[in-house]
Amino acid sequence: MSALVDFAEVAVGDELPGIRIPLRRVDLVMYAGASGDFNPIHWNERTAVAAGLPNVIAHGMLTLAETTRVVTDWTGDPGSVVSLSCRFSRPVPVPDDDIGTALRVGGRVAEKLPAEQIAVELSAFLDDAEDSESAVLTQARAVVQL
Amino acid sequence: MPAYHVGREQIREFATAIGDNNPAYYNVDAARVLGYQDLIAPPTYPFTLTMRAMATAIFDPDLGLDYSRVVHGEQHFEYERPISAGDELVVRAQIASIEARDRNEFLTTRCRVQTVQDELVVTTSEIIVSRGTAV
Repeated sequence: MSALVDFAEVAVGDELPGIRIPLRRVDLVMYAGASGDFNPIHWNERTAVAAGLPNVIAHGMLTLAETTRVVTDWTGDPGSVVSLSCRFSRPVPVPDDDIGTALRVGGRVAEKLPAEQIAVELSAFLDDAEDSESAVLTQARAVVQL
Repeated sequence: MPAYHVGREQIREFATAIGDNNPAYYNVDAARVLGYQDLIAPPTYPFTLTMRAMATAIFDPDLGLDYSRVVHGEQHFEYERPISAGDELVVRAQIASIEARDRNEFLTTRCRVQTVQDELVVTTSEIIVSRGTAV
């Protein structure tokens, strides 16, 4: 375990570098294959619409994986994460075109904890002009060991 | 259920699928520089194992879940250490509760991911939601 960040230099309120994450249908298919989650709502529009969803939606865990990159890129060491949690607050529809959709993910230092641990509040929003204030994750939090 | 052997290529394939190019997921030397014996897996990787363990319950006809109505509601991980290539893992899964709120049903599970030598690696809890199926 060896993080790039120095505990003493971290302040509550620090913003971690955000990332824009494009998501296309092929990304969902790749994630289905790599994770073993073949629920058809993540690749079959017919099933998704019949189940009352607006379109095929991204796997919640794909959204969380992409969001977690904000902290693992920051510390440099993915093994620095000691806990991770979130609520999936709204679906991420992915249209069947060459653009798909995109997420804006970020993080902010929420708390400095004992034993050189840092709690980071994570955020993930649809990167869409009409719907840009819609959080797709809430109560998303990672604790890292520096 | 037999132990799940975590392989390097699986970790690389998973990391590629989540678009994450952290060298600790691809390059053994880079993982060793960070102090690990072998490639480590991304923090969300344990869900691929806990989901397999929960599938037994999710697809149990007696529980009667319609999979296309199921979405992920909540997820928690507590790590003792990252999962690493070469690990032989088993999952101890339990259904903690099933409750209905409005028209939705909430299934809460808790899982312990441990090695075949009984070393605890990750503890998880997850809530899956069956949308619009409560009577």
